[in-house]
Amino acid sequence: MKGILGRKLGMTQVFTEDGVVVPVTVIQAGPCVVLQKKTVETDGYEAIQLGFGDKKPRRATKPELGHAAKANTGAKRYVREVRGVDLNAYEVGQQVTVELFQPGELVDVIGVSKGKGYAGPIKRHNQSRGPMSHGSKYHRGVGSLGSIAPNRVFKGQTMAGRMGGERTTVQNLQVVRVDAERNLLLVKGSVPGPRNSFVTVRSAIKANG
Amino acid sequence: MDLIRAVTQDQLRTDIPSFRPGDTVRVHVKVREGQRDRVQVFEGVVIRRRGSGISETYTVRKISYGVGVERTFPLHSPKVEKIEVVRRGKVRRARLYYLRSLSGKAARIKEIRQA
Repeated sequence: MKGILGRKLGMTQVFTEDGVVVPVTVIQAGPCVVLQKKTVETDGYEAIQLGFGDKKPRRATKPELGHAAKANTGAKRYVREVRGVDLNAYEVGQQVTVELFQPGELVDVIGVSKGKGYAGPIKRHNQSRGPMSHGSKYHRGVGSLGSIAPNRVFKGQTMAGRMGGERTTVQNLQVVRVDAERNLLLVKGSVPGPRNSFVTVRSAIKANG
Repeated sequence: MDLIRAVTQDQLRTDIPSFRPGDTVRVHVKVREGQRDRVQVFEGVVIRRRGSGISETYTVRKISYGVGVERTFPLHSPKVEKIEVVRRGKVRRARLYYLRSLSGKAARIKEIRQA
């Protein structure tokens, strides 16, 4: 398992050598700092804690500053853990850069999806609408809420409500290009969240081979 | 700097001649047949240019054996060997969709006369 933190910059396209257009998302990933190594003895599990993006010292709390000082850096805006890594390969204070990933590799990208606000069941749960004409009075409403026998609505019934703005993972995206000079990762396809939002990139957990 | 633009900068082609909708162009397209490459020429009127940067495309329309054929190419595609401008046309629109419903003499476009 490999992981890095970054910022989604937006989408564009690139040409492959044989002229095929590939849609890509540009992610500014790293450089991250290893803030802490979690071990079974002290924490009960193994992980590395990565920090990304600087925070003004004035805005950081004293515990944050002290924690970052152990890794010889300033307080970080985003702190996340990556589990299942080889702990021996990392030292506290070490930099993690995009060179972690190779072109062609498959990755999962985790982010917070764009908020859609209060959305109806058609948009939120892919329900189908009723006829719009011929005297129909049922257009985009929620359909049946189930059997009347239990005298209640079961939990998990799909209805209108807040949509988006939740943690979303997109699996098995191909790394198209790695730009170590500019700390950029080009990933094929789309990635959750608006531009400039925070994302986590890790090696794909369901990749075959 | 705009990093997204910078990423695609090296793939932008600089050998593209300036052409506009209404112009007649000859597009030399590389076609792969089995192992060897061949160049195919597609000549027609540019009826649209859209987009910007790496994603800019143009559409060329020609009449082939009495049937209208339109092909849209990415402007910076490496598959296009070269673009030749055959004729500069005088048109008053950016999108020449009206050509689709015209045929024969009516579908002609006046040439720009240089002084």
